Amino acid sequence: MSASRSEVRGAVEAAYRDEWGQVVATMIRLTGDWDLAEDCAQEAFAAALTAWPRDGVPRRPGAWLTITARNRATDRLRRDAAGAAKLRRLAAPAPDADGPAPEEIPDERLRLIFTCCHPALPFPARVALTLRTLAGLTTTEIARAFLTAETTMGQRLSRAKRKIQEAGIPYRVPPAELLPPRLAAVLAVLYLIFNEGYGEQDGRRALTAEAIRLARVLVALMPAEPEPRGLLALMLLHESRRNTRVRDGVLVTLERQDRARWDRALIDEGVRVLDEALALRRAGPYQVQAAIASCHATAHDAAATDWAQIAGLYATLARIAPSPVVELNRAVAVAMTDGIPAGLALVDAVAASGGLDGYHLLPATRADLLRRQGRPGEARTSYEQALALAPSSAERRYLAERLRELAPDG
Amino acid sequence: MRLDGGMKYVLLICDDEVDAPTNEQLATDPAHTSWLAELHRRSDVRAMARLRPVLDATTVRVRDGETLVSDGPFAETKDFVGGVVLLECADLDEAIAIAAGHPYARRGSVEIRPVWE
Repeated sequence: MSASRSEVRGAVEAAYRDEWGQVVATMIRLTGDWDLAEDCAQEAFAAALTAWPRDGVPRRPGAWLTITARNRATDRLRRDAAGAAKLRRLAAPAPDADGPAPEEIPDERLRLIFTCCHPALPFPARVALTLRTLAGLTTTEIARAFLTAETTMGQRLSRAKRKIQEAGIPYRVPPAELLPPRLAAVLAVLYLIFNEGYGEQDGRRALTAEAIRLARVLVALMPAEPEPRGLLALMLLHESRRNTRVRDGVLVTLERQDRARWDRALIDEGVRVLDEALALRRAGPYQVQAAIASCHATAHDAAATDWAQIAGLYATLARIAPSPVVELNRAVAVAMTDGIPAGLALVDAVAASGGLDGYHLLPATRADLLRRQGRPGEARTSYEQALALAPSSAERRYLAERLRELAPDG
Repeated sequence: MRLDGGMKYVLLICDDEVDAPTNEQLATDPAHTSWLAELHRRSDVRAMARLRPVLDATTVRVRDGETLVSDGPFAETKDFVGGVVLLECADLDEAIAIAAGHPYARRGSVEIRPVWE
């Protein structure tokens, strides 16, 4: 039975999206060699493009790809005298790609993600390695997404793989006593990938989709852990507002976004995933941030926002994951509930701590509060400071507009 | 040759890693092999190891009861090497756990360097 060329191409693309990480993860476990694993996975997908139009798409594409990758690895190791030990590891019987799915095949991707995000690897390398081995992005695609030269990215990846091998980073899911900090490291990598894609450049948008996809995998693999769900919910809720965040190249603040254009389906899913996380009754920073995002996402208009609840959630966040950025956000919520002077006092305390020196949102937040309070002269000074620090053109345009709107300083 | 009642020393051998020779190159380098011969003639070598480059280093600190793991060598230049332990264990996580248990992980840091064999 042969399938049409476009059907097959679609099937291979779908398999690449769904199975790449699993094929690579299995090959790493079988050979202990990250480069060999990637190369053989790549060859298996290339082989699918010629075999599937001829023989039809196998019932379990993932198993077909894994068997093919494994055969490639066996061939290579046979040619290589030093491959004898790895060859023995490969010798276990292969499953049948058209037979029933054996129950006992574990999902190998969890080991892979924990190893990619090991704290002994430099943070940028964790991000790159996760995107390469788990999500299947090419080195070229990752380099482009992070505005880095391809050779630099290639070097980053190969150094990371070498360190895993040479420093003896174990290929496993960490035991219970190590799990909390290691899971936090994994979530930090996924959230960074999401945030890199959440910027204004269209070329990087694919990263948010990859981050959401990886978070879904993590949720499925660790159903008893609430924080992966918290992170997935947070990403979905942010993503629901993506198309309203910038208009004609100017940043649109939450308050002024067109809520009719927020993606309802993403909000509903985000709220549902958050509820599932909260039902596990172990709070964590991503769940709290998702709860804050859901307060905004479910308010019919800006005036209906439940600022008292948001202020309370920021207070919780400041307790479990304190940071000056959290404190700054809390200041805004406090200003909306307890009045602008209370909010300004918190902003001034953050400024005095020095923890956000050079961060444009510090003067920008101060400026907005001063403007609301009817202190245009001081607001102007703060907007000008923010304008000088703002990193993106959309934010600079937004700040320039606010400056123009301010009544002339009397 | 035995040294009775002699002093024990550790030699810390350093370079900038710009063009590090391989172990094979070292083994055939006359300057290195003659130094090794001299070393064994004049002293009783207790342990000797070549370390992999700093790219493979991992630093462990414990602060407020929390184990902080970071890549690379220790950055605080005010810290000096105060001790050396050569050990063999299952993997890096095991080495990290052992390092985190050392009292100096709380006041300074413990740098883990794989041995280059």
